[in-house]
Amino acid sequence: MIIGLPHYLAVAAILFTIGVFGIFVNRKNIIVILMSIELILLAVNINLVAFSAYLHNVVGQIFAMFVLTVAAAEAAVGLAILVTFFRNRGDIAVDDASMMKG
Amino acid sequence: MALQAIAFYLMAVITVVAGFAVVSARNPVHSVLFLILAFFSAAGLFVLMGAEFLAMLLVVVYVGAVAVLFLFVVMMLDVDFAALRQGFAQYLPIGGLIAAALAAEMVFVSYTVAVKGAARLNETPAANGGLESVTNAEAIGRVLYTDYVYFFQAAGLVLLVAMIGAIVLTLRHKPGVKRQVIADQVLRSPRTGMRVVSLKPGQGMDQ
Repeated sequence: MIIGLPHYLAVAAILFTIGVFGIFVNRKNIIVILMSIELILLAVNINLVAFSAYLHNVVGQIFAMFVLTVAAAEAAVGLAILVTFFRNRGDIAVDDASMMKG
Repeated sequence: MALQAIAFYLMAVITVVAGFAVVSARNPVHSVLFLILAFFSAAGLFVLMGAEFLAMLLVVVYVGAVAVLFLFVVMMLDVDFAALRQGFAQYLPIGGLIAAALAAEMVFVSYTVAVKGAARLNETPAANGGLESVTNAEAIGRVLYTDYVYFFQAAGLVLLVAMIGAIVLTLRHKPGVKRQVIADQVLRSPRTGMRVVSLKPGQGMDQ
């Protein structure tokens, strides 16, 4: 059988859903939430590359590269914020992070 | 073709299982390691689709930089991860329900689009002398440095801002740490550096 566009789209959809599920069930652990976001962005990248290969158009891969760039920047800044938060608070429980409420 | 199918199913199953292990592992260190596995097998999927350059980029950027960053932070923070896991069972039913609904919808829609939707209608034939005659990296470079050069520069700017932001956020000056001040050292002269004391024999010197 020939592996085509629907197969890759299905994998991307399942991976995206796993990322959303991870955000749902790990509401307190912000590190796992960040990893779930990385999984979601990976699913988006698989979608972009699958359509790029299917339509014989390289622009999709360019877009995937930009998504990769933004994901790396987001991870770096997110983890930096996390480290600063841990220094100030002593833990990383985000469900009662309400310091900015005043 | 059979080999391609076997490779696809192997990589796809590993990616999905590793992704599920990321969100359900008890130990966040295991989560990060499963994330690395998911990225590796996703890179394999990219190679199957003919995007070798992006696959290489995925391995270098994600496994080499992002996952190691995650690993550093997870191991550096001294957090009771068992306490952070409470509520997992509470949110499991509703989360699983929504996830199943979302997955079913997305798979259905993507299958429909791929088989008889817009993608099928707009299918472009493989251009002769286009993508296939040059390597993947060359094809990306030809488009990236011409049509998308401003976006490329903007991506560089995003990375610069993220780098500076991360440094500024995590930099701190502890009070009580002695640091080297080069200017003070250079400005030191014999007049300020030593003093001549005349001592009478038999007497000590009090500081």
